[in-house]
Amino acid sequence: MQFSDWIVFMGSNMAECHPVGFKWPMKAKANGATLIHVDPRFTRTSAMCDMYVPIRSGTDIVFLGGLVNYILSEKKYFLEFMINYTNAATLINADFKDTEEGDGFFSGYDAKTRTYSNATWQYQRGPAPARVPEAPAGAQGQSVKGVNFAQLIANRLPGVPKEDRSLQDPNTVFQILKKHYARYTPEMVERITGSPKELFLKVAQVITENSGRDKTGVFTYAVGWTQHTTGVQLIRTAGLIQLLLGNVGRPGSGIKALRGHAQVQGATDISTLYNAHPGYLNTPNARRAHDTLRDYILTETQPTSFWSNTPAYVVSQLKAWFGEAATADNDYGYDWLPKITGDHSHLPTFVEMSEGKIKGMILTGQNPATSINSTFQRNAMRNLEWLVVLDLYETESAAFWKAVAGSDPAKVATEVWFMPAAHIAEKDGTMTQTSRMIQWHDKAADPPGQARSDLYFWYALGKKLKARYASSTATKDLAIKHMTLDYDPDPADVAEWKHKDEPSALRIFKEINGYEVATGNVLNTFGALTADGKTAAGAWIYTGALQLVDGKVVNRARMTPGKNDGWVSPSWGWAWPGNRKQLYNRASADPDGNPWSERKKYTYWDATAKTWKNVGGDGIDFAPTKAPGAAANPTGIGIAFHSGRDPFLLKTDGKGWLFAPIGTVDGPMPTHYEPWESPVKNLLYKQDRNPVAKFWDVTGNKYNEFGGVQFPHVITTYRLTEHHLSGAMTRWLPWLAELMPDLFVEMPPELADEKGIANGDFVTVTTERGSTEARALVTRRLRPLTVDGKRVYQIGMPWHWGYMGIATGDVANNMTSLVADPNVTIHEAKAFTADIRKGRAR
Amino acid sequence: MATATKGMFVDTTLCTGCKACQVACKQWNELPMDDETAVREHRAFTANSYDNTGHLSASNWRHVKFVEQFSEDRVDARWLMMSDSCKHCEQAGCLEVCPTGALYRTQHGSVDIHQDVCIGCRYCVGACPFGVIDYNQRTGRVNKCILCQDRLEDSQGTACAKACPTSSLTFGNVDDLKAMAAERVRALHARGQTDAYIYGWDLGNRGTITQGPNKGAAVADMEVVGGLNVFYLLLDKPEVYSLPSSPQLPQRNMNPSAGVALISAAVLGVTGLAAFRRRRMEAVAASSEVSS
Repeated sequence: MQFSDWIVFMGSNMAECHPVGFKWPMKAKANGATLIHVDPRFTRTSAMCDMYVPIRSGTDIVFLGGLVNYILSEKKYFLEFMINYTNAATLINADFKDTEEGDGFFSGYDAKTRTYSNATWQYQRGPAPARVPEAPAGAQGQSVKGVNFAQLIANRLPGVPKEDRSLQDPNTVFQILKKHYARYTPEMVERITGSPKELFLKVAQVITENSGRDKTGVFTYAVGWTQHTTGVQLIRTAGLIQLLLGNVGRPGSGIKALRGHAQVQGATDISTLYNAHPGYLNTPNARRAHDTLRDYILTETQPTSFWSNTPAYVVSQLKAWFGEAATADNDYGYDWLPKITGDHSHLPTFVEMSEGKIKGMILTGQNPATSINSTFQRNAMRNLEWLVVLDLYETESAAFWKAVAGSDPAKVATEVWFMPAAHIAEKDGTMTQTSRMIQWHDKAADPPGQARSDLYFWYALGKKLKARYASSTATKDLAIKHMTLDYDPDPADVAEWKHKDEPSALRIFKEINGYEVATGNVLNTFGALTADGKTAAGAWIYTGALQLVDGKVVNRARMTPGKNDGWVSPSWGWAWPGNRKQLYNRASADPDGNPWSERKKYTYWDATAKTWKNVGGDGIDFAPTKAPGAAANPTGIGIAFHSGRDPFLLKTDGKGWLFAPIGTVDGPMPTHYEPWESPVKNLLYKQDRNPVAKFWDVTGNKYNEFGGVQFPHVITTYRLTEHHLSGAMTRWLPWLAELMPDLFVEMPPELADEKGIANGDFVTVTTERGSTEARALVTRRLRPLTVDGKRVYQIGMPWHWGYMGIATGDVANNMTSLVADPNVTIHEAKAFTADIRKGRAR
Repeated sequence: MATATKGMFVDTTLCTGCKACQVACKQWNELPMDDETAVREHRAFTANSYDNTGHLSASNWRHVKFVEQFSEDRVDARWLMMSDSCKHCEQAGCLEVCPTGALYRTQHGSVDIHQDVCIGCRYCVGACPFGVIDYNQRTGRVNKCILCQDRLEDSQGTACAKACPTSSLTFGNVDDLKAMAAERVRALHARGQTDAYIYGWDLGNRGTITQGPNKGAAVADMEVVGGLNVFYLLLDKPEVYSLPSSPQLPQRNMNPSAGVALISAAVLGVTGLAAFRRRRMEAVAASSEVSS
């Protein structure tokens, strides 16, 4: 970011929520960059920016779509980048219908199931290569024995996508995009978002005038973009802008996703998600063609992207999990894995819990008692027979049964175990931060009292389960029975510590990294992984974090702060995949492999050495010796299907997708829908809300009337520098507790005057779900907006508080509802409606 | 041998108001919460922007100020933040009035307190033009920022500057910091931020306030009380940051009463302490010669 010429913070309050990383934007500012903050509130981030632009929460797609329209209609796109590196010239199926024709619906919508079929969103393609007859598949449990995956994948190659590089064909993505955003004019942006047109146009000028060969800029976002019923598409809109302006894969470019906490990236890589196995391999699903390992692999493997290597990643993962028990004769234990049957993410799980369908829960690193629609979640927890909480302190969730939580302890039958947990400094391990960088940390001190590491908890539990199932022959027990679980520490490594039975984090890291089965040697690159059971790796993307150098294992996740290896710092931690700090960096060179400009030189083709090189030693995110002029091979599998100028290895056509034929369930292009709860109707389409958003029509989760008058104000929730998440790591710390002691609600003086509220007063904020009491913080940092000629007030509330700890307070999430984005089931806590009155709630 | 004078340059244009300096200060110096009961009983919330600690005190040696400057139409919109502490003045009022020598000038040029010599007379509290020193009810002595004297003796900078993520606080030799500050003001002026000037030393900068109620007013670098070893880059008049525009040392006007103070000191039998102070200063001087 220090090399950015402009930075737009939007959906992010970086100075407050990522204060340490904020030094890089400040460096960019010192270097002459323009910093812009677009946000419902003037925050500490706005204070550091050159420009602040107010916006109504939940209307970001209009603002960003307005920028797309500006770029397209004013011809501000970086033509050479766009035409070569994106799918702008690709032709889409002639049956595709845009939301302009469907008044808010794309073609393929089924009103009965509230889902889209993406059949009409596909590329027009030439004929597919001729198919050859295939031998019949083996039986379940024997489906991959002797299979040649390369042949099977080649037999599934599609035809080459059709293009019109003149961009004139009405079916080109470029023309579709132009039509789609034509009504997102500066006037429409002002009417819907409340952002003054002049400020919007100034942003448009800054980002377009400072992009191109010589200049680059970034968008920086966090959960202010994700936590919407349109969250995924919202972020995609920024993707469109950056692809059109050529701000991808280059120094000072991109879209910076700031994670909600330090290890969120790691928690998705080594997945704690229900629908992904480590390394972004989909969890076997009973509703997909995943019956056998062969079915699973052929369903999941994309023949024309880097994902063509899926068989090696899947089989190596099964070898890592089941060790010697996994063989070609038993499909490497694939059939022992449970299959998912639907959405088992947080919100639907708690709905099931409220229905009494879930008996027990192990809770660690989460505090649902103060989470979305917290009253609903606390009530749901009362249906549990047992609850185990591992945490640093007795959190609100561990105490959900107490009177202070609004429960009658006599009526809660749940048996609760609280397991004191070790803090990060009290255990070895890694964190993977927002730049995909794995960082190793050493244990610095013994945890106090009976506190133990979470690794110990899971390891000890796993061993007990294995002992219990050791003699079982039931199929359902085989996964536990055969699971590898051998991470006992080297006695020398724990000699100085209190507990001698803490599992070795490094051994687990080795299993994740991968090793050669015959020798046990760590593997240096995922290129070495095979689909024949000779290699094991828990997560292919982490392969190479440990490396065998001169017969010794080097942990590259360790930081080497003393080593001055330039601004790219390849020795500072290890970024997956293959230590590539800047993804898609092939795009930092022009189609011929030369730098776009000397100022933005990064990865380039050395024609003499016939290899790609990088100015700072970054990993090349491309086939290292594939020449820029290399032609695409229509019968080649994987990235051989792409030409030497297609930078996006993980895409089926090697292009950046302005139009997404697959991958999103709510449309191939971002479209504005109002938040699920909004005081105003959608001014762009008859369809007000995301037609495929996930909602739960259950008791205790009533939604505010859409466009109603009972809850007229827009409310957003957020975090402060002084506290972290639900406060479980901060409200117990005296030094932080006193800095932000109480829950407050920020509101503009204009609203406070109307309601007779004085600064510092107790106020009550209500929705259909419940009420939250807070202190009023009346400030001109918030302002009334004019939306379609009507005055709209926005208020805001941090959600750090709860009823336990030193600094206690009411729960902001008493007011939020279970409603979510259809792609990833993220809730919508950043934009909903509420009413506010003077006085205490309880 | 005296070492170069150490201090800090506080560039308020880089302050994000994160308060990491406040926490780092408390952690290193092992300072307690100011008032835990008030927090537990919900009396600690001030509703004064994001400032809930209010002022410097015996347990808050550092304090981040928040100043909201927003016109009714929000055309002017500025949120100023400033991390405040003891300035370690060249002419330190506290040090001059201290009857026991508990307050003393270190070999780094900073002003430290011998806690075991302080008698809690509180003369220094009134003598500080910045309201930095506070009487500690628990110990019966006074406290303030001591520029992390123990860290300095181990050739480390201050804990607050170490924790500052944006380099709003920079620790170093005051001469180097002055050069850095002059360069920074020049760069800001070149960028159109003409309200930047230095509070503490006159480095020759002159400018005009660009935003807020004082828009259009002239500002200029100012040297105060002989120069501040912890000095500031500000964007508005000192009063906006609750800093005095013309700080004076009260004892300059109170020469006759100084004699009274000395007599009282004698009556209280402090001469023994003074002798102790002499011995201690000699010991400190000896040890610093060894280490430098």
